[in-house]
Amino acid sequence: MNPVMKWIHLLGSPPYFYRFSGKLLPWLSVLCIILFVWGLYGGLVQAPADYQQSDAFRIIYVHVPSAWMSLFVYVTMAVAGAIGIIWHVKMAEIVCVTSAPIGAVFTFLALLTGSIWGKPMWGTWWVWDARLTSELILLFLYFGVMALYRAIEDKRMAARAVAILALVGLVNIPIIHYSVEWWSTLHQGPTVTKFDKPSMDASMLIPLLVMALAFQLYYCIVLLLRMRTELVNRERNSKWVNDLVSP
Amino acid sequence: MTFSEFINMSGYGHYVWSSFGITLVLLVWQVIQPINELNELKRKISQSNLRNTKRR
Repeated sequence: MNPVMKWIHLLGSPPYFYRFSGKLLPWLSVLCIILFVWGLYGGLVQAPADYQQSDAFRIIYVHVPSAWMSLFVYVTMAVAGAIGIIWHVKMAEIVCVTSAPIGAVFTFLALLTGSIWGKPMWGTWWVWDARLTSELILLFLYFGVMALYRAIEDKRMAARAVAILALVGLVNIPIIHYSVEWWSTLHQGPTVTKFDKPSMDASMLIPLLVMALAFQLYYCIVLLLRMRTELVNRERNSKWVNDLVSP
Repeated sequence: MTFSEFINMSGYGHYVWSSFGITLVLLVWQVIQPINELNELKRKISQSNLRNTKRR
């Protein structure tokens, strides 16, 4: 076995994962804070006001990263769930179930900041159009995954049920992405994620990409924190957890 | 740009700052919550371990 595969196998061992993530977390946190400060300064101070939306466009720096993450976390959750079902990888199961509440928070933030942005720009907090409705369905899918996991006593069984639900819900992801092209809507079309050059100046785009990276790293941090808690809870009767808690 | 202009955001201050504020609060809460949960869990496990040792 080559060293990389060996290390990946080692990460599958809960005590090793716990120790390794504990060492990794401070570094990730520092990097994440630096990116947030950079992105916020670029977005709130350096970027010029938009010629149509004036300073209201700055909501993009929290709205778009949240919305991107709401989709990214869902795909991660479904893929991890599939890996858990097919190869019975315990860590993948845990990535799947602990991602759900994080994804729900990103989805909620995307909907809320979108609503706050919609009020001054569209003149309404909410419309029942394809983009907003499919994103709301995404929030309910996350809630469904969380509720299903809690409802089943046997946690390995629960993780399998959750993975299937997550995989079925995957059909919603392309619908959300293409909703602004397939149906008429108040929501603007994609400005960054298209095959053309992004229709945004670098002074506005760079802070957005930095914020997106900060959100990505933030997800890694919260995922690790939640995975550690879930691992200790599941393995509370094992020797390594007892060694961990004994003073 | 003065500080009050920065806060005002060309009249969109309420919308901009509430978006950023709510996001910040939720993101910070989401970091603190699993840390608290883990500490609470460790405390519970060590207590039940102590009880078990005494019983023996």
